[in-house]
Amino acid sequence: MADFPGLFNYWIVIVLMMTGFYVVIARGNLVKKIVGLNIFQTSVFILYISMGKVDGGTAPIIVEGTVGAGVTYSNPLPHVLILTAIVVGIATTALGLALIVRIKEAYGTIEEDEIFAKDEPE
Amino acid sequence: MGIVRLDNLLAVVMLSGIYSLISAGLFVTLDAVDVAFTEASVGGGIATVLMLATLALTGDTEKQGKGKLQFMPLAVVAVTGALLIYGTLDMPSFGDAMAPIHQHVAPRYIAEAPQTTGIPNIVTSVLASYRGYDTMGELAVIFTAGIGVMLILGTGRRRDD
Repeated sequence: MADFPGLFNYWIVIVLMMTGFYVVIARGNLVKKIVGLNIFQTSVFILYISMGKVDGGTAPIIVEGTVGAGVTYSNPLPHVLILTAIVVGIATTALGLALIVRIKEAYGTIEEDEIFAKDEPE
Repeated sequence: MGIVRLDNLLAVVMLSGIYSLISAGLFVTLDAVDVAFTEASVGGGIATVLMLATLALTGDTEKQGKGKLQFMPLAVVAVTGALLIYGTLDMPSFGDAMAPIHQHVAPRYIAEAPQTTGIPNIVTSVLASYRGYDTMGELAVIFTAGIGVMLILGTGRRRDD
């Protein structure tokens, strides 16, 4: 068993991730599923950002005159990846919400079971 | 979490906006200021507005009934979570400067980025310079999504006329 506080960030991430996962698979409302997906997504962001953190580090912005002065910076690479991921995430969210609006127009409901029920007789 | 239990979707969307803002604050404390800006504006702002617009078109109450915790999904979630926690036992601990993630290209970015790109913000220089192709791919994704949204919503409106 590794040291408890050192792994605590991963466990928070997992709890959040599983909350989102549960909303996605257990709830029938499509908007709720998108919200669940967002929770899941943000937990992944937190995972990456928390891995990039270095003890005693500061934000990776170089201030004039401190170059080579032994300042510790947090890892900038996960930040870049997550910036991209946030934007891609909003793109998928927008697409999902647009699909929901169309489903509402076509079926008159956004509850999964009612949609299945309408599909059955055909 | 309230989001799981609530039936009123308006409240759910508001809570998810608050959740985005809280996570933006968390990113600031984790030294990721650029990510925090983006999360606050995109996650807390644009996503909330988009969801509110969707709710205005689709109605804001979730169907009652299956308010109880469902057993099957809960079991799947519990097993997955347990496996993931087992997986973290080998992970480097929080804030460890010797973790593998800090040993590969990151030191080079930090050491060389100001000289090679002339931008003091390392995140910006990596995003726009070292990983410019990633960012271009990201733009392609947004563009595709934008076209997709316009196609999905546009055709429906034309058929109604």
